[in-house]
This record gives sequence, C-alpha cells and structure tokens, in this order.
Amino acid sequence: MASYILRRLVFILPVALLVSFIVFMLIHLVPGDPARVLLGEEATPQNVAALRKQLGLDQPLLTQYVLWLGQAVRGNFGQSIQLQQPVLQAILQRAPVTLELGIASLLFSIVIAIPLGVFSATRANSRLDTTVSVTSLLGTAIPGFVLGLGLIVLFAVILRIFPPGGYVPFFEDPAANLRDLILPMITLGTGAVAVNLRQVRNSMIEVLSQDYIRTAWAKGMGKTRVYYLHALRNALLPLLTIVGLQAGAILGGAVIIETIFQWPGLGALAVSSLLSKDYPVIQATVLLSALSYMLVNLLVDVGYGLLDPRISYGKGR
Amino acid sequence: MARDAEAEAGRSGESQLPFETPVVAAGVGAAVALPPDQEIAPSERFRLSELLRDWRWFCGVILLLIILAAIFAPIVAPYSPTEYHPDIIAQGPTRAHPLGTDELGRDILSRIIYGARVSLAVGITAILLGGVVGTLLGIIAGYARGWVDQGITIIVDAILSFPSIILALAIAAVLGRGALNLVIALAFVRIPIYARLARGQAMQVRGMDYVTAAHATGTRSWRVLLLHILPNIFSPLLVQGTLSVSFAILDESVVSFLGVGGVQPPDPEWGGMITAAQSYIFSDPWMMVGPALAIIITVLCLNLLGDALRDRLDPRTVRAGAGRGI
Repeated sequence: MASYILRRLVFILPVALLVSFIVFMLIHLVPGDPARVLLGEEATPQNVAALRKQLGLDQPLLTQYVLWLGQAVRGNFGQSIQLQQPVLQAILQRAPVTLELGIASLLFSIVIAIPLGVFSATRANSRLDTTVSVTSLLGTAIPGFVLGLGLIVLFAVILRIFPPGGYVPFFEDPAANLRDLILPMITLGTGAVAVNLRQVRNSMIEVLSQDYIRTAWAKGMGKTRVYYLHALRNALLPLLTIVGLQAGAILGGAVIIETIFQWPGLGALAVSSLLSKDYPVIQATVLLSALSYMLVNLLVDVGYGLLDPRISYGKGR
Repeated sequence: MARDAEAEAGRSGESQLPFETPVVAAGVGAAVALPPDQEIAPSERFRLSELLRDWRWFCGVILLLIILAAIFAPIVAPYSPTEYHPDIIAQGPTRAHPLGTDELGRDILSRIIYGARVSLAVGITAILLGGVVGTLLGIIAGYARGWVDQGITIIVDAILSFPSIILALAIAAVLGRGALNLVIALAFVRIPIYARLARGQAMQVRGMDYVTAAHATGTRSWRVLLLHILPNIFSPLLVQGTLSVSFAILDESVVSFLGVGGVQPPDPEWGGMITAAQSYIFSDPWMMVGPALAIIITVLCLNLLGDALRDRLDPRTVRAGAGRGI
C-alpha cells in the first residue's frame, strides 16, 4: 500500500508541474500586453512599466515561471489587483463559505440518492423505476443557473419561504445561516443526485444478483437487512469514486451557485476576478481547483484500497 | 484499477457535467472493436421497425428541427432578434409573441431561434475541434506506446486535473469575448476525454490481424493510423461526441450567463438571455422560461440520442436492453 501511494505521488509530480505551467501560461494568453489591458488605454507608459514589473512580466518567460512557482509553493500568489490584499488571504477568508456549501450539497445528494437508488434497483424496470430514471435524467439536463433561478422564483418570489439569496455566517446566526443554505444546497446538489442515484441503482442491481445475496434470502432474512446491510455495503464502493470526484469539483459548481445566491465564497471570488481580469486571483483559484481535484482523486484511490479488501495495489497487480 | 475507476467516473464529478463518462473505459479492459468480418451487416443495422420501437430516436427529430430552425432563422423567426420595440417592453406571452417580449421589447421566440445558431455552432465546433485534437493525441499515444504515450498521458492528465468549467471560464476570460475564443476554450477542456477514449481503443486495435497485415504490406504508420485504426474505433468516439455536445452547450451557456465570455451583447444567445432576464426575476419571471426551456430540451435530446446511439453501436451493450429506453 505504501509503495502504491509513493508511486502515485511520483506520477503526480510531472502532472502537477504541467498543471502549474498551464495556470502560469493563462496570463500569457491575454492578447497584447496584460498590464496595458489591466490599466486601460489612458495609462501612462510609466504606470504600465510599473505594473509589468509588479506582475513580473519584464522577465524572460522561463524565469517568470520559476519565480512564480517558487512563490506559489510558499503560498504567495501575489497581491490581488481588485481587492488590494494578498491573494492567499482573500482565498482563506472565502474558503469556509464554499466548504459549507460543498459539504452540504454532497450530503444532500447522498441522502437523497442512496434510498432512491435502492428503491429503484429493487423495483428495476418497473414504472416507478422508469419515473425515477427519467426525473434524474431531467435533473442532469437542467443547467445549475436555470435550476437556481427557478427555485428562487418558486420559493422566494411566489411562496416566500426562503430568501432569494445572501449569506449569514453560521456563528453569527445559525438559524439564518441554515435558512440561506437550503436553496443553494439543493441547486448544487441536484446534478449530483442524478449521477449518484444512477450509480447506486446500477451497482445495487449488479450486487443483488450475486450468490451471497441469494444465501441471505435463503436464510430467511428480512428485506431491509438484505438490502441495507448486505447489498448496499458493496454497492456503495463505486459511489465513493464519484462522490470523491464531485467533492474535488465543487468549485466548478460553486462559481455559478455563489453568483446566483450572492454567497461570498471562492466561486464568487473566481467569477469577480475573471470579470475584472484580476490575474493573480484567477491563477490562484484555478490552480487551487486543480490541486484539490488531484488530491481528492488520490485520496479516493487510497480509500478504495483500504475499504475493499479485494483490491490490492501490491506487486502482483 | 485506480485508472479504470477514474476513467469510468470520468468528469462526472462536476455538477454541470453529470453523465459525461467515457463511453467505454479507456485503458485496461476497454471494449473490443469488432473486426470488420464480425460487424453487424449494414442491412441489419437500422431496421425501421426497430428504430421506431425506441422512442429516443424521436429526440433526433427534435434536434433536427432545432438545427433547421437555426439554419433558416431569418425565414422561421417571426421577428427581428435585435430590433427594439419600446412600446411592448416585457410583455407576457401573447398571441403575437408566444414567449413574450424582453426588457427592450424584442420577441423572445425570435431571439431563441437566432440564439440556437450560437449555441449549436459553438457547441458542435468545440466538440469537433476538441474531438479531432484529442482523438489524434489518443491514437498516436495508443499506437506509438513508450515515451510518446507517457508524454501524452501526462498532458492529458494535467488538463483533466482542472474542473472543466473553471478552466473553460479562465481561458474564455483571458482570450476575451467572441465566438471563436469560446470555441477554443470549450474545445481545450474536451481534449482529454477523447484522448483517453481513443488511446484505449487504439491499444486494443493495434494488435489485430488486419493492422499487422497492413504493416506487413509496407503501409506507412500514418496511413495505418488514419485508414485502418481510426475507422475501427469511430463508433465510441461518435457516441461520446453526441453526448459531449450537450456538455459543451451547457458550459457555453454558463460562460455566457456569467458574462465572462461569449458573443457580443446585442446578438442573442441562450445563456446571455437568461442573465438579462435575471434582473427581472421578481417582476417578470416568465422572461427566462423560453431560453431555459431551449437549453433543457436541446441538452436532454442530445443526451437521450447519445444513449440510444451507444446502445446501437457499442458491442458490449446487451441487445435485449437496447430498445428499452433509459
């Protein structure tokens, strides 16, 4: 196991380097001079030169990359242009908001998907199963922003049960925080529900046809025990991979949800930095999203080996 | 195992890209493309009675109608998509304007029809571009093996490490507005899925007798790749392509919705129309119904058509289940 993790780490290194290079190169995709784009047409040559120096654009490309990477590894992503504060500080301030949203919507998707998936699998091909499948298919076709706005119209404009947006920190007012959380959580979690549901359903169907389940039935066990104690345990393993990837990709969904519901998280920060061409923040958030994706991927693979004794990462692979 | 699981899960992590799993797991244990002599005879492939039994093909008809409406927009659309009419601002659905008018009095239905041009053109072009680049990288990696394969795998893994919507947004933002820039951004993030798929398939096919025979008769490597390997791995790529267009359209609508990239404002585009409607969410919420439905119907139809194609073309699918739908 340890050697497997080591091998994965060795393999991740060149990928991570390339990822950082892609992120670094983003600023050089800007047509023309990024400093001039940032300062506008009226900027004096002195100001442009000063900003070029601040962004390190006056150095040769490779030098710039090495310098940038050296700083990034130490957590220094420079100064945000729009916020006038260190990028890392801006990110750390907003991370808890996105974490709350992410964890809540993952939990939401799992809590909905597992019972519905088991329900569908045990009635495979019935009319109810088809209804669940069609609904979940619809769930994947609705873009997050459309669903979010639809929920706002329904629950905030027509029914007036939930606020249309906003965020109160949990430790300031827990009740208000949870009330603000409901709609964004459902919006971000729905896409995941559809995928997880399909996964649970399909692996449950597969597991239910296996011998040990037949043995369990033959022993006269009740439905609930067979489904939830015997079958589900094995059917849930593939879900781990998918939920892991979903966790790694939370920021992708958060950019939309946080914009619609006005949550001051990393997603909203990413969007505002993209709109105001705040390159240091763009680079930091994009790099962070990729690294967390890679890290979660690694954790999932390792977790898989720990949870499923049938998988061995040893030499005999 | 680890790679397999990853490949199977694909990009499913993103909430916007839920079903975008590679059609067959790239890498070990990928589907075997049938050698030509074992393929289903063309006459058997698309029997009308069997086609009619699968309601999902109907989605193809809807898509065709949407595409035709987009192409012939000047004839089909009842009004100009950009002309202002200050006297009929933000009207609800009426007989003259079935989907209502927007904040500047423009007919929403006409804007949706013209907007289909952008969404479909950008979505399809991005997939074609990303698909061609990804497929070429993949078959070269799978065919050449060795350090070429390793190098390409690292590149592909690096691109795959980004949540695709974040990378697409970042590229679209730095490149600036414009349909072409949007296509480049969306194509770039689609490269890995084709590269992985094509690589796995190419590795399977390269050991086949007819490839060996082609080599034995002195055929050049690039001819073997393009004339012998590519046609035989085309089906899964086509299925993936159909499914991917829907994800590209979704991503495109997100980029436009957030205002980060996309076409210039007076031109209609579905995501951008919803952004505009968002300002009137409390007074005229119906304003976003039209463009929202346009996105949902198009994406749903592409997904269902992709599923139907997969059942028809993927030799691994049990044929009994092929016509059943979901």
